[in-house]
Amino acid sequence: MHPAYSVIFFTVASGAGLGLMAFMGLGALRFEALPVPFLLTAFGLAFALTVGGLLSSTAHLGRPERAWRAFSQWRSSWLSREGVLSVIALAVAAVFAGLWLFLGLSSAILGIATAVLAMLTVWATGMIYAQIKAVDLWYRWLTPVCYLLFSIAGGMVLFLLVHAVYSGAAGWELSAVAMVALVVAWAVKMYWWAGGDRAPTSTPGTATGLGHLGKVRLLERPHTGSNYLLDEMGYKIGRKHARKLRIIAVGLGAVLPILLILVAIPAPLDVLWLALAAASHLAGMLVERWLFFAEARHAVMTYY
Amino acid sequence: MTQLPESTDRKLGLVIDLDTCVGCHACVISCKEWNTGGYGAPLSDVDAYGEDPSGTFLNRVHTFEVKPADKPAMITHFPKSCLHCEDAPCVTVCPTGASFKRSEDGIVLVHEDWCIGCGLCAWACPYGAREKDPVEKVMKKCTLCVDRIYNENIPEEDRVPSCVRTCPAGARHFGDLGDADSDVSKLVAERGGFDLMPEQGTKPVNKYLPPRPKQQSLPDEAIDLVALAEPKAGGFLGWLDGALERLG
Repeated sequence: MHPAYSVIFFTVASGAGLGLMAFMGLGALRFEALPVPFLLTAFGLAFALTVGGLLSSTAHLGRPERAWRAFSQWRSSWLSREGVLSVIALAVAAVFAGLWLFLGLSSAILGIATAVLAMLTVWATGMIYAQIKAVDLWYRWLTPVCYLLFSIAGGMVLFLLVHAVYSGAAGWELSAVAMVALVVAWAVKMYWWAGGDRAPTSTPGTATGLGHLGKVRLLERPHTGSNYLLDEMGYKIGRKHARKLRIIAVGLGAVLPILLILVAIPAPLDVLWLALAAASHLAGMLVERWLFFAEARHAVMTYY
Repeated sequence: MTQLPESTDRKLGLVIDLDTCVGCHACVISCKEWNTGGYGAPLSDVDAYGEDPSGTFLNRVHTFEVKPADKPAMITHFPKSCLHCEDAPCVTVCPTGASFKRSEDGIVLVHEDWCIGCGLCAWACPYGAREKDPVEKVMKKCTLCVDRIYNENIPEEDRVPSCVRTCPAGARHFGDLGDADSDVSKLVAERGGFDLMPEQGTKPVNKYLPPRPKQQSLPDEAIDLVALAEPKAGGFLGWLDGALERLG
């Protein structure tokens, strides 16, 4: 599948932003008196990533001026559900953040609602891909689980960084949570990769219905040039370098951030190390998300 | 509404005979000709006379080779367009309501003024039946020539999809596949019509008829065709011919 940069940036940025939003929601249960600059930075970062990502996602639309119509079909469409959920999550989060910032009220109910809605939005993003039966690699219940776990891990790494900036220390407790979140997310992702290397559901035999007569192969393409289908679904470069890119993704997304967090716990320059950890994780996520699209094979390619 | 209708009154669709199709691409061209001037936005061509031409088509003809283990290979021309599936995955994924399946005749259409061109329906379709127009930026797909089949301004014999009307080989048939007594349903029953990618669970309305098996395989020893063409002499000349042959 063609990896559209706007969609890669959207899923990575919004995933991390909504994860951070969820941890701020849960933070209301645990931390009553967080300094205002902390709240401003954390909510600012969460909103900027989420809203920036959502706006970026409209860049791949043919007719972005009609994007408002995408809120209408939540009864059947996961893309529509994602849109509706993201708006509700952002609205609730805005009220929650506003009360906390301006009135000093950290509402537990609104905090939990923010966390749940943020995670539901990420789940809906994962389901957009997981519902597509024509792409074997995606059509699995683990796909939205991966999206959710990456959002949690990314949000936790960012929360750890912001916390360290304003409290002066990373703290081993929060660091441990972040490292566990990273390990779990990437372990499930590796399991997802391992399970994806299986025989395709559809073959040229079933695609033409002639498989029972013999071995089917394309003799002549229907067109000499390229077309939308080949540009959109016929992307092959990802599969060629898949092994190397998977190693790079895990290295940048998991191994390096965990080492940097370990360094940051006792070190004096903890903010610097944690900033590098967050940057490395997000870079790893961009590689992971690029591969998510580039590796995926669409059933229509059995006709080519 | 992008929810699928529970059932449709009729199931209009195509039956494509892979035995008869000669791969002339006339259906591709007539489809483009009709649909670029008919319903919805025109089907654009980009760099049509340049080095890297591409364009939007609603119907394409692939050509496959089928090689049985013990027989010579067979060539099959394979026209492919929207199958107007009963469980159309392209419809339910649409976030705007632009994609819909009509409850009266089962035709899957795109309301082009609502389409945001997100391309998710093209991803959802395993058959590659939808293409995003590079100029209009909306999804284009086979309409089953909805602007022909009900069009009382054109002669009655023309009220079939353009591809069916133009096929010189009679390889394309149009009708109600929900009615067991229709000509197309009978044809499907007689010839063993089948679905494409049944494992995708889309329940296509369009059916394909299989190529008939090759009538005979080659005999073990080649027939001596030269001997068949030799003039046969009888009577005296025949005796003389034989006698001279024997002399060596």
